[in-house]
Amino acid sequence: MEVKNANAAMLSNYEVFKLLTDLKEQRKDSGKNKHSVGQQNLNTIMYETLKYLSKTPCSRQSPEIVKEFLTTMMPHKLTKAEKLQLLNHRPQTAVEMQLLVEESEERLSEEQIEELIQTVADVLPGDPEQENAAPADAEMDEGSEQS
Amino acid sequence: MFVLVEMVDTVRIPPWSFQRQLNDAIAEELNKKLANKVVYKVGLCICLYDITKLDDSYIFPGDGASHTKVHFRYVVFHPFLDEILIGKIKYCSQEGVHVTMGFFDDILIPPESLQQPAKFDEAEQVWLWEYETDEGAHDLYMDQGEEIRFRVTDEVFVDTSPTGPATATPDTPGQPGQPGQSTAPPAEDAGEKKEAPYTLIGTICEPGLGLLSWWNN
Repeated sequence: MEVKNANAAMLSNYEVFKLLTDLKEQRKDSGKNKHSVGQQNLNTIMYETLKYLSKTPCSRQSPEIVKEFLTTMMPHKLTKAEKLQLLNHRPQTAVEMQLLVEESEERLSEEQIEELIQTVADVLPGDPEQENAAPADAEMDEGSEQS
Repeated sequence: MFVLVEMVDTVRIPPWSFQRQLNDAIAEELNKKLANKVVYKVGLCICLYDITKLDDSYIFPGDGASHTKVHFRYVVFHPFLDEILIGKIKYCSQEGVHVTMGFFDDILIPPESLQQPAKFDEAEQVWLWEYETDEGAHDLYMDQGEEIRFRVTDEVFVDTSPTGPATATPDTPGQPGQPGQSTAPPAEDAGEKKEAPYTLIGTICEPGLGLLSWWNN
């Protein structure tokens, strides 16, 4: 076996998630031979990787969302690796942003970081459970301030 | 986190699989060979992405199976340097914090890369961060099962291909293969721990890194 190119392309979590979900569908139809000894490794790695990825933001993404995200990110002049990490992690705080964007203090002002957080939150779908919890908290805060 | 790796290999299809579509038979063989396995200096192979080229299939004398040279692309887990990843704490030991991602287990955060000052609690076998605030020191425990965000600082590939019997073991010099020495080969295995073929070294020594619960408002 020969490795022609160990780094031919970078894949986003969404692409791998989609590939594995499609492969799982395909294998569901194939019937009995997926339980043979040889297929166990593939089954294990598919199950574990899908389990991991389904808990990340990529499980709520689609090709259109990814395309829209990349187009919106163009004016910010981020490297490919940074855009990929933003897509995979969907940062919600400035601290997370500074982790993912190299030398963010020098390249981006505070408002630009806020703007990026806002764009990420708008374009990439978030966790519906998390977002339902937040307005409830806000209502509780308002209630306590009024009283 | 994941990369596409272009590879070339010769796939052997046995005669009883000749009725299958060649592409399906080849895909199954490639996944059987590579899925969930580490390729030296490449990463942990996940699954086949696509087949880019199929050369002609040949049948050689003495073997009824067909051999086909296949050019294909494989999805491989190979985080780049300084990438941020999220995993779960598997357990803590003197060597550091062991993190797992479910599909990949061998991630270690050594003690010097923990949020300082860090201390190892022998009784509970857990690392903790002695976080100083104006009110005093809080001990933040790094418990098992907690989600942790870390940065990849290094990767270690170990070639775990089998070595031949000619290598003499260092602890039994000049005495290999004697009938009385039944312990010679097993002792070598029992003494050495099985090395992980691919290990990631991480750090959490930065604002934002460490347990997710430390940084959530």
